[in-house]
Amino acid sequence: MSGPSRELPRWVDLGLIPLINLIAAFLVTSLVFLAIGESPIESVGIMLNGAFGYGSGLGYTLFYTTNFIFTGLAFAVAFHAGLFNIGAEGQAYLGGLGVALVCLPLGFLPMVIVIPLAIIGAALFGAAWAFIPAYLQAKRGSHVVITTIMFNFIASALMIYLLVNVMSPKGSMNPETRTFDPNAHLPLIHDVFAGLGIEIARSPLNLSFLWALICAVVIWLMLWHTTLGYQLRVLGANPAAATYAGMKPPRLIIIAMLISGALSGFLALNEIMGSQNRLLLEFTAGYGFVGIAVALMGRSHPFGIVLAAILFGALYQGGADLSFDKPTVTRDMIVVIQGLVILFAGALEHMFRPQIARLFQGSRFKAREA
Amino acid sequence: MASTKAMAAPPAIALAHIDKRFGPVHANRDISLEIGKGTIHGIVGENGAGKSTLMSILFGFYQADSGEISVDGEVTRIMSPTDAIKAGIGMVHQHFMLVGKFTVLENVVLGAEGGFVLNSGLAKARRELERLEKDYGLQVDPDAVIDDLPVGLQQRVEILKALYRGADVLILDEPTGVLTPSEADHLFRILRQLKAQGKTIVLITHKLKEIMAVTDRVSVMRRGEMISTVATADTSPEQLAELMVGRRVLLRVVKSEREPGRTVLEVKNLVVKDASGTTKVNGVSFVVRAGEIVGIAGVAGNGQSELLEAITGIRPPSSGEIRLNGKPLPCDAAEARAQKLAHVPEDRHRLGIVTSFDACENVILGYHGDELYQKGIFQDRRAIRSDTEKKMQDFDVRPQDPNLRLGLFSGGNQQKIVLAREIEQDPDLLIVGQPTRGVDIGAIEFIHKRLIAMRDRGKAVLLVSVELDEIRGLADRVLVMCGGDITGECAPETPEKQIGLMMAGAAA
Repeated sequence: MSGPSRELPRWVDLGLIPLINLIAAFLVTSLVFLAIGESPIESVGIMLNGAFGYGSGLGYTLFYTTNFIFTGLAFAVAFHAGLFNIGAEGQAYLGGLGVALVCLPLGFLPMVIVIPLAIIGAALFGAAWAFIPAYLQAKRGSHVVITTIMFNFIASALMIYLLVNVMSPKGSMNPETRTFDPNAHLPLIHDVFAGLGIEIARSPLNLSFLWALICAVVIWLMLWHTTLGYQLRVLGANPAAATYAGMKPPRLIIIAMLISGALSGFLALNEIMGSQNRLLLEFTAGYGFVGIAVALMGRSHPFGIVLAAILFGALYQGGADLSFDKPTVTRDMIVVIQGLVILFAGALEHMFRPQIARLFQGSRFKAREA
Repeated sequence: MASTKAMAAPPAIALAHIDKRFGPVHANRDISLEIGKGTIHGIVGENGAGKSTLMSILFGFYQADSGEISVDGEVTRIMSPTDAIKAGIGMVHQHFMLVGKFTVLENVVLGAEGGFVLNSGLAKARRELERLEKDYGLQVDPDAVIDDLPVGLQQRVEILKALYRGADVLILDEPTGVLTPSEADHLFRILRQLKAQGKTIVLITHKLKEIMAVTDRVSVMRRGEMISTVATADTSPEQLAELMVGRRVLLRVVKSEREPGRTVLEVKNLVVKDASGTTKVNGVSFVVRAGEIVGIAGVAGNGQSELLEAITGIRPPSSGEIRLNGKPLPCDAAEARAQKLAHVPEDRHRLGIVTSFDACENVILGYHGDELYQKGIFQDRRAIRSDTEKKMQDFDVRPQDPNLRLGLFSGGNQQKIVLAREIEQDPDLLIVGQPTRGVDIGAIEFIHKRLIAMRDRGKAVLLVSVELDEIRGLADRVLVMCGGDITGECAPETPEKQIGLMMAGAAA
């Protein structure tokens, strides 16, 4: 017989519960602040101001947000198909190689040509790095969790080799490529606005932010309004039903992973082509892993992912300001806060659900009986 | 209610005003029931009527919101199955809770091993088991491995397990679902013997025939309420069905004679192996012609599932030939659909539906590539919705909400959605597995009518069911499967006993 009915209004599931989880995370954070003798209210104030309070702070927040949108979407697409792609880190790393291989030799071409080519390069290399685990999962049944995480290490080793031995300019001791030609720099938002005669604060925020938003819309359309998206979601929700319905799971697994890898690769557009303008080591800096939390918190829905990405972007930027302002709050404290948000919003996301469900069902009952 | 009758001894079980809600679902409404000592008491009701909830409360899986339970006249709090066992209540579940690799003896002591050293417990258990076997005529080899035993004997082990724990009241939940008719008869003999020894038995079933055959009293539940408790001798299957559904139902399938036409499906020497490489279908050949329903009878697990999966392109056969309308049919579910083969799968939840998707998205499952549902590169949401609404209307699916998640429909309505999807494609061949599993009586009548209508329109229907009555009612021709072979073909009018023999593997 049916257990407790678990149907809740959508706004509760998508809005209220994440909000409550977030508040719980901040309450525990407050305890940590109190323990080191800082005022939680003042600290949160500094963080909020750092993230949203002034122009360049907001720019940095959205710059980090861009990374999280890409990696969050990457995780979500695979997740909808029932795949746990934790290799965004490596796929993004290789995406950087794709961007560099376009930007280094073709930097003399006009920007309108270089940018699409770089997008293709990032997507191709990211997807290619996801293809091998995808193929092994589809044809051999090797679990993608295992293979993708191993591929992160392989990517790391490969990039060290390439940057130290192959791609660094002759005579340079730095494991990085030369700076790209100006045509191969993604325009910064403040430069774009300056071109329109509007002065805004400087930040590394660049055009890839718009590309991230476009990707979110495209992925939303793909998942819920195309036959391909439908098939991916059936595969994720009930693989046996996918076979029954005549779908080809191996093919779908590979497609989902390719899309996921391509999205991961786009991270390099923001970091490499938009900000660093050269390929260097470890530029992925854990964004691939945080993307998992972003996707889970955003309920694997592109709209939710954008919101969750803004939250994490704000945590990164606000946290940086906080540790700058308060010497007692070290970088590690910021990591603790992020960890608590991930813990409550991701790992413990259903902790408060039964209570909330009871509350709602109770009130609906009264309404009916009244 | 039974309480009006004064009884000398206190009833074995007395439920008083049991009430249980699951959120908005009122599963049990103020239920009072007395089960007399040393009787066999049947409980019938449609799916969702609340009988499993009631028994789960009695066995301590759930706690009632209000009301009390008395065992042998004493009010007893049952908070967990452990409490229930202590109170002398035992349960034989529909799906056996046995460890397949363990012996009978090891399974019987499971959870009641008695002490740190296993062997002393085992020796004691062996003596106890021998006594139980002698007292109740429940012969099983204590050293046999469960996996090697036929289902009927596995069930006997479940009963022994309950008796070993000192059960005086035995609850059996749908005990005959997996048995051949003769195994079921044997089970009933055992139940009568247990009764003769003073045990009390509660039998939950949806098979009215069994209620009539074995129970002393029967209680009917409907929508969480206890509708009536009557002496079995004073009632009839028709009356019980009416009480269960709340209106008159036709228990017999009405169908006209019809001459079959051309051959639609031809299966030749088909061999199918399961994932572990065991041969499940052993060189089977048969045909299904237009305008006939061919029923495959058999106890669950004798190769019917694998046969269906091979024909519908889900499981590749190892050898043999399948032809549809004269053309070879490749093992490809999409291609099979394109060649006008529709499939209502046996295991609806595993294959046929996606419970987390809404009705719309389930109606296009398998036909998601149809042009009707496309607009350019996108899915045509409006077309899908109106098509779903139409199908839900035609098949009387309730509630008629195309955006409701499928998991929230009742089993019968889920099945109607699957049938609507497959039948409305106007296939040449409809393959149906267990069409009425987990479906309430009212919906069963509807589904049977639809299948007959398919046949009357000149379509071929291949029906697999473990419900022998269903096969005999619907089919024009009956094939019996046992151990991966077709052990016989017969007319549906063939006596149940004879079909039962073939189901057990004896030649026709």
